[in-house]
Parts: sequence; C-alpha cells; structure tokens
Amino acid sequence: MKIGVLALQGDFAEHITMLKKIGVETAEVRLPKHLDGLDGLIMPGGESTTIGKLAVAYDLMKPLQEFGKSKAIWGTCAGAIFLSKDIGRDQPLLGLMNIKVQRNAFGRQVDSFETDLEIDELYKATGAEYPYHAVFIRAPIIESVSGKAKVLSKLEDGRIVAAQEGHLLATSFHPELTDDTRFHEYFISLAS
Amino acid sequence: MEAKTGTWTEKKGLAQMLKGGVIMDVVNAEQAKIAEDAGACAVMALERVPADIRADGGVARMSDPDMILKIMDAVTIPVMAKCRIGHFVEAQILESIGVDYIDESEVLTPADEEHHILKHNFKVPFVCGCRNIGEALRRIGEGAAMIRTKGEAGTGDVVEAVRHARSVIGAIKQIQNMDDEELMTFAKNNGAPYELIKEVKTLGRMPVVNFAAGGVATPADAALMMQLGVDGVFVGSGIFKSGDPAKRAAAIVKSVTHYQDASILAEVSKNLGEAMVGRNAAQMPEAEKLAVRGW
Repeated sequence: MKIGVLALQGDFAEHITMLKKIGVETAEVRLPKHLDGLDGLIMPGGESTTIGKLAVAYDLMKPLQEFGKSKAIWGTCAGAIFLSKDIGRDQPLLGLMNIKVQRNAFGRQVDSFETDLEIDELYKATGAEYPYHAVFIRAPIIESVSGKAKVLSKLEDGRIVAAQEGHLLATSFHPELTDDTRFHEYFISLAS
Repeated sequence: MEAKTGTWTEKKGLAQMLKGGVIMDVVNAEQAKIAEDAGACAVMALERVPADIRADGGVARMSDPDMILKIMDAVTIPVMAKCRIGHFVEAQILESIGVDYIDESEVLTPADEEHHILKHNFKVPFVCGCRNIGEALRRIGEGAAMIRTKGEAGTGDVVEAVRHARSVIGAIKQIQNMDDEELMTFAKNNGAPYELIKEVKTLGRMPVVNFAAGGVATPADAALMMQLGVDGVFVGSGIFKSGDPAKRAAAIVKSVTHYQDASILAEVSKNLGEAMVGRNAAQMPEAEKLAVRGW
C-alpha cells in the first residue's frame, strides 16, 4: 500500500506524518509522473486557488482525473473543493465528485472553530465509537450531494461537512491536524 | 459539544495551510488580484511596501482600515495586515475588521521599545519576525502562532534572510543533540522560554510554522530559503517593485512548490524582466536596519 499526497501547496507534511503513524508508505506528488505506482491519493488543506493553478501549470488535471476514476482520492478542505464539481465560481476543479461546495462558508479566520462530530461510518469501519473531534479552518461546506455521492457527516445545524462517493472522500475539516488516525484508517480501507 | 473559536490549534492551523506557499505584499485591491491570480496563498495588505517605507522615512503605522477592507473584498485568499510592535490597539482594530492574520512587524515604526503585544489575548492569530531561536521562542511564548525570519525588508538582498534562517534552523539541530541537562543553560543564554526549548527538542522543529522574509526577490532566492528548511516565503517589495509583477509572482509561486527541481527553477527564471533594484544589506548603516527592531 502506497499513498501519495498532493504536495503543490498546503499541509501535505501533516498528512504524511499521519500515514506514517499507521504504517503506510507515502510519496509526495508534484508532477504527473509521481502518480505512478500509487494506490490512492490525499489532497491536503491549503489554498484551493493556489493548488488549482499549480495543477494546471504542471499538467496534472487530466492525470488526476484519470487516477480518480479507479483509485481512491481524499480531499481535506482545499482538497475537497478541488475534488468537487461545482463551487459557484471560476477556478480549476477536478470535478470528480458529485458535490457542490461553498468556499469560506463560515466567515473569516476569527470564525474558524473546533467541534465534535458523530460519524457512524467511521465508527463502523474502525470499531472505535467515540465522537470525532474536527478542526475547521476558513472551512468550506458541502452545500449538496448528488448522483452516487452520500453524506457522511453533518453539523448540528444540518450543514454537510463530509461526503463519500465510492472510493472518493471529501471532508471540510482537517483530520491531519489532530492525533486521531481514524479518518486516515478509513481512507486506507477505501484504497485497499 | 459547543464549537470553540480562537483556539491555539486554529491559530497555528491556518499557518499550516499556508505552508509551501508565497505570501505577497500588496498596497491595493488591484495588486491583491494580481497576487491571487499568480497563486499567492495569502496577501499582506499595507499602504507602502518596505522599499518605499525606507525611501520615505518618517513614522510607518498600521494601514487605513478602509484600504485593508477593500483588499479583503477583492480576494478569497487570507488577508494579513501589519501593526506596530507593541501597539495592541492597532491589533484590536485589525482584529475587529476581520483580518485573518496580524503581523506584529519591525517594518513599521515600533510603538514600544521594550514589550511586544501579548498575543494570547487575541482570537486572531499573529505572525512575528525573528533573527534567532531566542527571539522566535519569546514571540511564540507571547502567543505568536507563526514565525518568519526577518531578513532585511525592502532591500532585495537575500543575505540577511539566509543569516536568520540558518541561525534558527542551526539552533534547532543543536537543541536536538543536547542532553536534557543542557537545555536550561541554553534557554538562559538565548533568552528563550525553557518549556519551548524542551518542545523544540521533542518535536525536532519549531512549534509553529516558520516562513522566510526580508529580501527575497527571485525564484532562486525563494527556492534557496525552502532548501534551507523554511516552510514558505513572504515576498514584499520584490514583486511589485519589479518590471513584470504578474510574471515574477507566478514564477516565485512555482519555485516554492518545485524548490528541489533545478530544471523547473531554470524554466521559471527565464525572461522575468528587471528584478527590483537592490540595496546591499551588508553596507547598510546599523541605524537603517529594520531587523534590529524587536526585543
């Protein structure tokens, strides 16, 4: 099992640390050739505009779209935006997942927050049934899911913050900023 | 559970999202758009870039909130703004208008020559400059959630940025090799909080994200700082004081992502037009150096 982490910009090193913690081999992906031999890919938090522009500049859009047809991809925050089909504004998107996303949905940095989530799928997959502590930073929300995409988790007010479509996973929050490896373990189960 | 805002994780976390990116100084909404289009991961809103502050002389203060708000409206990426060292009221104002990060900056004229702002008192995160490990850890002790090595702003000369980054990163390596008995003496000699020295030893790195600043003018400069081991770069006067800002900005963004790939660095360094006119930092009188501000 070898998982790549898109390393154009953002907190890719934090994802690599989490993957190493659960004993997974990792690779940094900056160019199309770096996708060779990977079983899955994580797209980290960062600035989605920056990541999109760099992906276009280094011809990563098509290779990433091809990769996502058969292999697992997980986007956290900016990565989730990049995975989506629609964000209501013009910037490069992979359009792999049938989710509509709104950027900076909670306001500015002073509105960024931490909270606990109940995520049944995660409990089932890992056998560890306690709330998932989630860190949201200038976070997007998933406005709606369509097609085969399904909701994994919502805030108390009903806003969607995690979704899955087969082997594709999107979270508004940052599991890589916590010590809880359950989300990474869950993603590995999708990549296997 | 009730949602918690303004936590240490949140403050540090935003800086983690900026890693591997370029934060650009901009003086109006139009420049902010150019920076965002070039791939900046954040912008620093200020009235004058450091090169102009140097040229103009006088007292440099926080920018007009209206000008900062216009920049916040123009872009979707995070917007930072500067307050004077020790000027906690300027910081309160910046927090109230909703900037994403405050830079308590030596580039502005200090308001207090002994004390920095107690940054733990704020919900908004702060970035502060440093020349060495002691200064970095004192600022983190006061609540800075991100550090940047100072370099010498407004010169276009990378030599001071290199000096400060080497000093900080060298000290981290030194701390890692120390016996626990040596840590208190190191803390004393460097004027650094003991608990944070212990944390640096455990982590093997700075407890918060560390960018380089002050004199970065070319893609090669930016990649040099990345290879020395910083997490990203600030570019101040280097972009909008150059011949072709949009092209240079995009090239520096690419150089930070591909900092280890010399063939890509060669490609992005081609035909960038004129770099900013530099000022040799080594020949600058001590009194003109901005980096010495900070205590």
